[in-house]
Amino acid sequence: MPLLEVDSLTVEYRARRGNVRAVDNVSFSLKKGEILGVVGESGSGKSTLGLSLIRQIPSPGVVMGGSIRVDGKDVLTLSEEEMRGLRGRKIAFIFQDPMTSLNPVKTIGAHFVELLRTHEPDLSETEALGRAKEILKVLGILPERINDYPHQFSGGMRQRIMIGLAIALTPHLVIADEPTTALDVIVQAKILDLLKSLRDTFGMALILVTHDLSIVLERSDKIIVMYAGQLVEQAERLDMQDKPSHPYTQGLLRSIPNIELADQRLEAIPGNPPDLLNLPEGCRFQQRCPYVMEHCHKETPLIDVGNSHFVRCFLYGG
Amino acid sequence: MQKIKHSILGQLIPGLSSLTKRGAAGWITIIGAVLVVSIVLMTLLAPWISPHDPSAIDVNPPPNPAPPSEQFPLGTNHLGQDMLSRIFWGGSIMLQVAVLSVFICLIIGMPLGLLSSYAGGVLDKTSSLIMDSIYAFPGLVLAIAIAATLGRGVVNMALSIAVVYIPSYFRVIRSQVLTIKELTYTEAAKAAGAKRRTILFRYILPNVVPSIVVVATVNFADAILTAAGLTFVGLGVEKSIPDWGYDLTDGRALLPIGAWWVITFPGIMIVLLALGFTLMGEGLSELLNPRLEQ
Amino acid sequence: MLLLTIVFLVVRVLPGDPVLLHFEKAEKPEAIEAMRRNLGLDKPIVIQYFEYLGGLLQGNLGKSMQDYSPVGQQIFSAFPATLELAIYSMIIAVVIGVLLGVRAAKAYNSIQDHSIRAFGIVTYAIPVFFLGMIFQMVFGIYFHWFPTGSRTFPTMEPNGLTVGDIHISTGLYTIDSLLEGNLSKFIQAVRYLFLPSLTLGLVLCGIFLRLTRSNMLETLRQDFVTAAKARGLKETTVTYGYALRTAFLPVLTMMGLQFAALLGGAILTETTFSWPGLGRYIVERINFRDYTAIQGAVVFFGLLVALVSLFVDILYAFLDPRIRL
Repeated sequence: MPLLEVDSLTVEYRARRGNVRAVDNVSFSLKKGEILGVVGESGSGKSTLGLSLIRQIPSPGVVMGGSIRVDGKDVLTLSEEEMRGLRGRKIAFIFQDPMTSLNPVKTIGAHFVELLRTHEPDLSETEALGRAKEILKVLGILPERINDYPHQFSGGMRQRIMIGLAIALTPHLVIADEPTTALDVIVQAKILDLLKSLRDTFGMALILVTHDLSIVLERSDKIIVMYAGQLVEQAERLDMQDKPSHPYTQGLLRSIPNIELADQRLEAIPGNPPDLLNLPEGCRFQQRCPYVMEHCHKETPLIDVGNSHFVRCFLYGG
Repeated sequence: MQKIKHSILGQLIPGLSSLTKRGAAGWITIIGAVLVVSIVLMTLLAPWISPHDPSAIDVNPPPNPAPPSEQFPLGTNHLGQDMLSRIFWGGSIMLQVAVLSVFICLIIGMPLGLLSSYAGGVLDKTSSLIMDSIYAFPGLVLAIAIAATLGRGVVNMALSIAVVYIPSYFRVIRSQVLTIKELTYTEAAKAAGAKRRTILFRYILPNVVPSIVVVATVNFADAILTAAGLTFVGLGVEKSIPDWGYDLTDGRALLPIGAWWVITFPGIMIVLLALGFTLMGEGLSELLNPRLEQ
Repeated sequence: MLLLTIVFLVVRVLPGDPVLLHFEKAEKPEAIEAMRRNLGLDKPIVIQYFEYLGGLLQGNLGKSMQDYSPVGQQIFSAFPATLELAIYSMIIAVVIGVLLGVRAAKAYNSIQDHSIRAFGIVTYAIPVFFLGMIFQMVFGIYFHWFPTGSRTFPTMEPNGLTVGDIHISTGLYTIDSLLEGNLSKFIQAVRYLFLPSLTLGLVLCGIFLRLTRSNMLETLRQDFVTAAKARGLKETTVTYGYALRTAFLPVLTMMGLQFAALLGGAILTETTFSWPGLGRYIVERINFRDYTAIQGAVVFFGLLVALVSLFVDILYAFLDPRIRL
């Protein structure tokens, strides 16, 4: 049985000017220990998707339909108290900006102790601190720094601490929302490698949410691409590398700078993502698509092109 | 002059019609205004709508005080005076005091604030110091002290209240002027030199007006409450004039015998009046300086 | 310093000779002169001013017009009652205001939020003596739950603690009764204290409500709050442990600023509840036209306010750099 099964998930933000469908009928599944990459621009709905998995969608967001099954149980049906028990323990979330995600007036030791004792109330403070130090070692941070405050660490180390907090209770699933966007390139690679090695050691599943396709192309087992709230392509890693099918995905791949090409011209995808309050009829990518056809203003279905590869595009049938 | 009128009307009149469209803040202002206007109307129409002379004693033959009945819907007090009539008449003093004190504050506080902050220097420093001292002082205490020395009467009450509240106007104007001085000064300085002063007054005043309006409405509310307070401690007007504050003071003694109606209705009226102004102030403040929530 | 000058000027320079005001109707000129001499009011204003200042430094606040007894003594004996009322009212105001403010912030834009905000506005608009009277009416007279006047049951005044030659007495009945170890005195003190402090506290809570609410709204929006929730921390831990920390300092400063308003309200509350404090003293003196006493009391108030704001400033400076870490 897959660890995570998301089925027809729809999330709307209800604003005064209208309702915005941030996540529109998205389905995918994840096996134990698998790494999933969720790729999309700002506004594609990828962050909302991640947050809905722990039911922390900011208001005025509401889940309009679908189910999120973790180990068979639909978390959308759980009570808030039951859900709280899952958060941090079974499902962990790593936020984008480590600068603001840590409480500035608490030591990092205090962060760990608080976390551990919330989920395991019988733990004594010394025991909790001991475990915290162990985790710091795994993260590559000197255990003596347990009594330091967040602002005394660099950005990369703060993100490590966030990761440490996420894996402290060996969750089954870790969701990382743009874990490296706030960091510089060299640190980025280290953080991603750390995540991967933790997965190898602890066997947890990992969802990497990012706008940067290059990050997930090498590290994930499976990739889904989101555009304007819809899932437009889903494939295994190798398939995605060899046969990127959706024009948007192809555009993304083309715009990745390649260090080996001497004279590369950066190719951006022309145009802008659509206004979610004013979506075009049918395919949401049509205004920017080089292959647009008459057909495209009809509602575009998700098409199976074999080998667990799905594309939402009329080029492949329908 | 024209420009000032234009800017006030320019903001208010279209504002009035679109108040309802501005959501909650607009409604709050309207409710507040309705409350205030109705009470003012009631007070103005008192001579015509009161069933009895509010000061006439023993309108109801003893024993008094009498509970609310068909003949006297709000009952009578211990002197046999009809409470309903006293309600209609009783707001007059308070309103007069409030209007007068706001007026005094405006004609003293506004020019002082403008001049002081514009001129700067010693005048500014001294005025600010004085104003801050008064501002820090417990308002009611100061009002009591002044009223005690001045004696009874509408004017004296208004003066005491005005002295306590002038600093508020002063401070608000001053902070506004200082900000604007920074903004337009440099540009205006490049313009015709001699006209600087007039230009600045034409620029500053219209910008200061919204804040003044807000401060004034809050001032009205506070004035009502302070006037009630002054009356309560015996520094109000002549006792022969019907006044809600006096009903509260006199009605106190009637509580132990269960005559709840003597203090309840005047008290509610004071609350409604103060509330009306407060709501207007809240609403206007939101409309004129929208807070960035979210 | 300046406050004193202002008060002095106000009470002296304003039209109306205080002595003449004291004697409403025409009195024999000798009587007027006698009082003037006795109070030192026949000397030129400037000398009076300096004499007054000098007197203050010695703790002398002038003499009462009624019986020439020192005003200072009367003030100091009435002060503890006001202090006790002020402390408990402030506590009630802050507790109610903060708790409701937190509630409103968490239920942002809901009916609960709006009704709490409305509550805060309405309580401010109620004259404090009216609210007091309503409470007296309902809880005192109708329900007989609480007494409606004075500070405690006659003969139940606490005496504080006496250890050998040392006598500790704060003047605060609640503390003194505990010091004495007398539970029934304590209960009586609380019973009498309840309605007046509730009244004054309610009228003042509005501003703390508003302050806490806006602070909380801002803090709850911050990332580390969401991150904490994502780790599965309890709602209460997050609200009170994390977010409330930020509201703490502003509330403290506001308490200092509200002290002045507290004193004003105390005057009216004390009168309503026959609470034997400084406020009631002033009102009494007004009835007696005892202007020197009134002046003394007002000056005392001014000094008090100045002291408190100084204290708050120092406290702020002390706490602030630590928060800056």
